[in-house]
Amino acid sequence: MSSVGTDTPAVQHTSHEEDTGLWSWITTVDHKRIAIMYFATATAFFFVGGMEALLIRIQLMNPEQSIISPELYNQLFTMHGTTMIFLVAMPMAVAFFNYVVPLQIGARDVAFPRLNALSYWIFLFGGVYMTLPILFGVAPNAAWTGYATLTLPQFNPGVNVDFWFIGLSIVGIASLAGGVNFITTIINMRAPGMKMMRMPLFTWMTFVTSFLLITAIPVIAVAMVFLGFDRVFATTFFNPDMGGDPVLWQHLFWIFGHPEVYILILPAFGVISDVIPTFSKKPLFGYPIVVYAGVLIGFIGWGVWSHHMFTVGLGPIADSFFVAATMIIAIPTGVKIFNWIATMWGGSIQFTTAMLFAVGLVVIFTVGGLSGIMHASAPVDLQQHDTYFVVAHFHYVIVGGAMMGLWSGLYYWFPKVSGRFLSETLGKWHFWTTMIGLNLTFFPMHFSGLFGMPRRIFTYSADLNVDIYNQLSTVGAFIFGLSALIMTWNIIRSWRGGEPASANPWGAPHLEWSIPSPPHHYNFPAIPTIRSREPLWNASEREEVLAATMQELDEEPVMPNPSYWPVLLAAAITLAWALVMTGIWWVILLGTLPVLLCVFKWAFEPPFPEGH
Amino acid sequence: MPLDTIETNGRNDMAQAAAAVDDHGHTVTGISNWKVGFWTFIASECLFFGTLISTYMVFKGNAVTGPYPADIFDVLHTTVSTTVLLFSSLAMVLALYAVQRANKKVAIFWLLVVIGMGATFLWMEGTSYLKYIDYGLTLTSSTFGSSYFVLTGTHKLHVIIGMVWMSALIWMIARDRIPPAKAETVEIAGLYWHFVDIIWIVIFTLVYLIQ
Amino acid sequence: MSVTQNDAGGATGHQHEEGHASAMFYVWIGVILAVVTAVEVGIFYMEALSSIEVPLLILLSASKIVLVVMFFMHLKMEPRFITGLFMSGALLGTFMVAALVILYHFLRPLQVISPFAGG
Repeated sequence: MSSVGTDTPAVQHTSHEEDTGLWSWITTVDHKRIAIMYFATATAFFFVGGMEALLIRIQLMNPEQSIISPELYNQLFTMHGTTMIFLVAMPMAVAFFNYVVPLQIGARDVAFPRLNALSYWIFLFGGVYMTLPILFGVAPNAAWTGYATLTLPQFNPGVNVDFWFIGLSIVGIASLAGGVNFITTIINMRAPGMKMMRMPLFTWMTFVTSFLLITAIPVIAVAMVFLGFDRVFATTFFNPDMGGDPVLWQHLFWIFGHPEVYILILPAFGVISDVIPTFSKKPLFGYPIVVYAGVLIGFIGWGVWSHHMFTVGLGPIADSFFVAATMIIAIPTGVKIFNWIATMWGGSIQFTTAMLFAVGLVVIFTVGGLSGIMHASAPVDLQQHDTYFVVAHFHYVIVGGAMMGLWSGLYYWFPKVSGRFLSETLGKWHFWTTMIGLNLTFFPMHFSGLFGMPRRIFTYSADLNVDIYNQLSTVGAFIFGLSALIMTWNIIRSWRGGEPASANPWGAPHLEWSIPSPPHHYNFPAIPTIRSREPLWNASEREEVLAATMQELDEEPVMPNPSYWPVLLAAAITLAWALVMTGIWWVILLGTLPVLLCVFKWAFEPPFPEGH
Repeated sequence: MPLDTIETNGRNDMAQAAAAVDDHGHTVTGISNWKVGFWTFIASECLFFGTLISTYMVFKGNAVTGPYPADIFDVLHTTVSTTVLLFSSLAMVLALYAVQRANKKVAIFWLLVVIGMGATFLWMEGTSYLKYIDYGLTLTSSTFGSSYFVLTGTHKLHVIIGMVWMSALIWMIARDRIPPAKAETVEIAGLYWHFVDIIWIVIFTLVYLIQ
Repeated sequence: MSVTQNDAGGATGHQHEEGHASAMFYVWIGVILAVVTAVEVGIFYMEALSSIEVPLLILLSASKIVLVVMFFMHLKMEPRFITGLFMSGALLGTFMVAALVILYHFLRPLQVISPFAGG
C-alpha cells in the first residue's frame, strides 16, 4: 500500500464562472450549495439553542434563584431540546448527506434536485416559524417530548403548543422528502462498479438513516395530526375525560423518538468510519461487520421505544421485553466501537483535528453508552427517570456522539468544500474547549441526578446539596459556548483565507477526493468505474479513476435548471400549515390553494434545459 | 431487505458508464428514479397508515359513550363501496395497459372509469358518514368517533388526491403528452391508486369485519 | 391467458412491453379479489366460524393485498430490491399495529380512569 498518502495534483478551475448572486442561491438545485445552506442554517440555529441552554444554566447556577420565571424556563428547555434535535443535529447531518453522498457514489447530483431544494426551504421556514415565538414569550412550553396532557387545550390554552406541533409538522416534511431523495440517490445514482458493499461507510449510514427517516417521521406526523385535531377540533385522542389515552401519545412519540436517536447518531458513526481509516492509513477493520451492525442498529432501534416509558406501568412482561431489546442493541454498537479501535490498532495515526474529534467520539460516546446500559434496566431506570442523570446520558451521546462526529466531518470535508483547510491551530482549540466544556457541563449532572435533582424544574432546593455540581455545569456550559465561537471564527476565517488544499489533501481512499477542491458544479467530468472499496488506495485503479475525474471538458455536462418553485412551494406549505392555527375550516382550506398551484407549476416545469 | 440484490442488474460496466455520462435518464439499477422514489414513498405511507390503524385498534372496544361500531356499521353497504374501489384498481391497470399500447381513447375511457368509481366510493362513504352523524357519532363524540373519522377521512383525502391526479393524466393523454415511452407517468399514478386500494382492504377487514 | 403464462413472462425481467400480462389476466385478478371479498363478508355473517373468524379474515385480506401488490402494482416484475423497499415499510407498519394491539389488549387492557367518563 505504498500509494497511501500520495497526493493527487491540484487543478485550477478552468470552466466558466458560476453565477454566485443571491438569486442563484435561492433558485439553486445544486446539492453542494444546498449542503452549504443547510450547514450555515443549522449553525445559526445551534447558536439559538445554545443561548437557550446558557440561560438555563445561568438560572440553575445557584439554588432557589429567580432570574428566569418558571413560565419562561419551560419555554427555554422546550425550545432548547426541540431546536438542538430538529434544527441542529438532524439538518447538520443532512448538510453532510447532501455534500458528500453524491460525490462518494460518483453522481452529478441527487436523484431529485428540486425536491432537495424544497427540503431545505421547508426546513428553514419551519425552523424560523418555531424559533421566533420565544422572542415574544409564547414559545412551545411542553418539553421536546410534548407529552399529553400538558399539550391539551384545557391545560395549555395559549398558542405555545400550536407553534410546536405545526412547526414540527412542517420540518417533518423536509426530513421525509430528504429520506426519499437519499434512498433513491444511493440505490440508483451509483457509478458503475460501485456495488452496495463497496460504498463508503458514510454513504451506508446515510442509507440506513434515510430508511429510519421515511419510516419514523410518518409516525410522529400522525401523532401531530391527532394532537392538532385534539387542540383545534376538540377530538378525544389524548383527552382522558373523553376516554382518550395520554399514554398513546407517549407510545407514538417514542415509536418515532427512538429511531430518531439513531437518526442522530448513525450519520456521526458514518463520518468517523471514513475519518478513522483515512488518518490511520488502514482500511476500515471488518467493513461488512460495520455495515451490518449499522443496519442491525437501525432495525432493532424500532423495538426498544418503551424503555422511555418504564415508569408508566406497562406491566412486567412488556417491560422485560423492552429491557432485553435495549440491552441487545448495545451489542452492534459495541461491535462498531471495537471495529474503530481495531482500525486504529497498528495504523500510522495522524492526529489532525478531524481525527481528534473522531477519537473523541469513540471515547465520549462510550461513556454515554455505559450510562445508557445502566438505565436500560427497568428497576434502575425507575430511580433515574426524569433526573439529571438522564440529562447527562443523552447529552453525552448526542453532543459527544452525534455532534462530535459531525464536527469531525466538518474538519475532514471542509477542504473539499472550500478548497482551503480549516486552521489546525484553531481546530485544536475547538476540540479541547469542546472536550473540557462538554465533560465539565455534563459529568457533574450524573451526580446531581443521582442525588435526586429532577429535570425540567426551574430551580432546586439548597437542601439537595447539589450546588457545586450545578456551578461546575454552568462554568462548563460557557466553555462549551466558547468552543462554538472558535469553530465559527475558524470557518469564517478559513473560507477565504485558509491554506489552499489539493484535490486529496488527506490521502483519503474514497471517490469524493478524486475530483478538484472545490468540485466543478457538475462534480465529475466523466463518471469513473469503481473496482474496489478504496479506489484511490489501489495504484492501478487510482490512475484510471483520476483519468476520468480530473480531465478537462470542452463542453460541460447538462445540469438541471435552477428553479424558484421549491422556495415558493416551501413558503406555501408553511403558510398553509400556519393557517391551521386559525381553527377556521374555510381559511385552512383556502390555504391549500397556493400549495396546489405551486405543485402544478412544479410538475409541468421542465427540469432540464430544452432539448435534453 | 435484500440489500445485496441492489446491484448493477446485468448490464456491463462500459455500457453503464456510457449511459451515466450521456443520458441523465438512465440509472445503475435500470429502474427510473421516479419509480424507486415512489416505492420508497409507499413504504413511508405504510407507516403513516400503520399509525392511524394502530390508534383505531388501540381504542377498539374502549369507547366510553356510544354509538358503538356494531350499532351503526352497515357491512353490506360498505361491501358494495369496497367492491367499487377494488374494481377501480382494475380499471387503473387497464388504463395503463392501453397507454402502453398507444391506445389513447381506451386509456382515457378507463381513467374516466377510475375517477367515476372513486367518486361513487366517496359518495357511498359520504352517505354513511351522514348516517353515523345522525346516530350521534361525530369527530368529538368518543375515541371511536375520533379515530374512525380521522382514519377513514385521511383515506378519503388520498382518494380525492388520486382523482385530481387522474384528471391531470387525462388532460395530458388527450394532448398526446404521454406516448407509450412515457407510460411510466401513468404507472406511478397507478401505484398510488392501488396503494390507496390496499389501505382500504386493510380498513375494511380491521374496522368493519372484525368488530 | 393463464396465470402460468404470465409467471413465465414476469420471471424474465422487467421489460415492460413484453413482460406484462394480457388485459384478461388483470380482469381475472379483479374477479378473484371480488370473490375473496364476498367470502370475507360471508365469514363475517357465519356464526359457526366466529372462533376462527379473526385469523381467517386477516389471512384472506392479506392474500388480497398480495394479489394487488404483485400483479396490479407489477411488483412481481420488478427487481427484488423494490420488493425489499416495499416490505421494509409494510412489515414495520404491521409490526407496529401488532405491537400496540398486544400492549393494549393483551398485556394492559386500557382502563378508563377518569371519574368524568362514562356518564
